[in-house]
Amino acid sequence: MEIPRHWRLKQQRYSLVGEICPHCQVKIFPPRDVCPNCGGEANTPYTFSGRGEVYSYTTIYEAPAGFEDKAPYTVALVKLDEGPLVTAQLTDLGDTPVEIGMPVEMVTRRLRQDGDERGMLIYGYKFRPAMN
Amino acid sequence: MTENKTLLKPSRPVGIVGYGAYVPRYRLPAKEVDRMWAGERSAGLPIKEKAVPGLDEDVITMSIEAARNAMKRAEIDPAEIRAVWIGSESHPYAVKPSSTIIAEAIGAAPHVQAADMEFACKAGTEAMVMAMGLVGSSMAKYAVAIGIDTAQGKPGDALEYTAAAGGAAFIIGPADESLAVINASYSFVTDTPDFWRREYQIYPEHGQRFTGDPAYFHHILEAGKAMLESSGTSAKDYTWAVFHQPNTKFPQKVAQMLGFSPEQITPGLLSPVIGNTYAGAAILGLTAILDIARPGDRILVVSFGSGAGSDAFDIVVTDKLLERRDKALKTQDYIARRTEIDYATYARYRGKIRMK
Ligand SMILES: [Zn+2]
Repeated sequence: MEIPRHWRLKQQRYSLVGEICPHCQVKIFPPRDVCPNCGGEANTPYTFSGRGEVYSYTTIYEAPAGFEDKAPYTVALVKLDEGPLVTAQLTDLGDTPVEIGMPVEMVTRRLRQDGDERGMLIYGYKFRPAMN
Repeated sequence: MTENKTLLKPSRPVGIVGYGAYVPRYRLPAKEVDRMWAGERSAGLPIKEKAVPGLDEDVITMSIEAARNAMKRAEIDPAEIRAVWIGSESHPYAVKPSSTIIAEAIGAAPHVQAADMEFACKAGTEAMVMAMGLVGSSMAKYAVAIGIDTAQGKPGDALEYTAAAGGAAFIIGPADESLAVINASYSFVTDTPDFWRREYQIYPEHGQRFTGDPAYFHHILEAGKAMLESSGTSAKDYTWAVFHQPNTKFPQKVAQMLGFSPEQITPGLLSPVIGNTYAGAAILGLTAILDIARPGDRILVVSFGSGAGSDAFDIVVTDKLLERRDKALKTQDYIARRTEIDYATYARYRGKIRMK
C-alpha cells in the first residue's frame, strides 16, 4: 500500500504540474525543487501543455506486477514541447503505428489499482496520438 | 390537486459559458452482438454501432477530458468554479466521489461543492439544473455539470446492443458571458419501475413493457409539452431539438409527436453511430448541435432517466459561440476517431474476462 505517495503525487500525475526555474526559466518535470540547468532553487509550479512527441518507445509483452491485464502495451519517452523528457504509457493507439517523432498529447487515465480490486484507483498521465 | 407547471427560471440569467464532449475511440458494431447472441433469429439492429471505452478509461477519466474541453472554451480561472457535479450510473467507486478527482484535475479544488449525482440517464441534466440554481441565485459565478456513463448491458440482453460510453461537461455561468443562454428548465418526475440495478449487481434489469410508453414517451412528452406551453412556443420556434436517445427510433418518434421535423433533430441524433451513452446521451447531442449552431438559434433539450423523469431546457445561442467553439475538439472529431473492435476485444475491454 502506497496511499500517502499516491496522494502526494496527484497534481503532477493528473495534470502534468512541474516547476519553472525562477532564475533561468527552464521548465522542470517531474518537480524536484532544484533546477537541473543552473542548480538554483526552483519550486514555482508550472502546468505543462501536455503536448510533445515520441522520442523513443518499446512494447511491453511481459508486464510487471499490477499491469498484467494491460499487456501488450507501449511505453514511450515523450519529449514535451517545453523540453523535459517523461516516461509514460501510450494509449488510444487503435491501429495507429507508433513512430519516433509522432505528435502526442497528454490524457489522464486509470493507471492501475493499488493492490487488488479492493484497493484505491490510481489515475495519471498517459499520451495518445495528437487529435489536433 | 392542482398541477404546477411553472418553469424553473433563475433570478439572475444564466447560460453555458463552456461545453466539452468526450467519446472513446472503440466501436462495437451491433451486428457483432447479433452474431454472438441472436444468430439466425436476429430481430434487427437498433443502431449501427456503439462507443466502447478503452482498458484505462472510466467515468472519471472521461469526465476529466470533457471538463478540460469545456474549460478551453470557457477560458475562465478554475479557482472561480464553485461546484463540480457529475451525474452517472457508472461511477468507478461505490464509495468515494468521482467529483473530487475531477475537481482536482481541472484545478477547481478545494473551494468547491462536489458531489456525484444519480438518476439513471438524466443524472447529468439534473446536475445542470442544480448548477443553474447555484449560479442563478448568485451564490456562485461558475458551476460545472457533467453527465457521463460507461454503461453495461447484460451479455445477450437487448441493452447490450446499445449500452455505450461517452458524455459531456458544461460550465454554467452568468448569461452575459455565455455562448448559449438557458431561458428556463422544467422537470417531470414520477415513480416508474422501467429500469433499475440493485446494489452489488453488475448488470441492470428492465421492466419489459414499462420501457416505452409509460416511461420514455410519457416523461419526455410531458416535460416537452410543459416547456412549450409555458414558454408560449411550439416546435417551429426552435431551430434544433435533442432528446434522450436509447436507440435510433425512440428519439425520432418522440420528436415527431412533439411536432419536430427530422431536420431539426439530425445534428443531435448520435445514437445510431455511438449508441446510448446514458447520462451523456441528450447532452452529447446538445454539444454536437452547439458545434454547428448559429447565433440566435433556439434549442430544445429533453433528457430522460429511468425511474423515471425528464428535464427540459430552452436554450438560445449567443454570438460568443462563434469565437469560442473552435478552442476545443468537436463532438464529431471524437466520433470520426474510430477503431472497430470484435466481440472478444469488447469482452476484454469491458472486464468480462476474469484474470483470476
Ligand atoms: Zn535554472
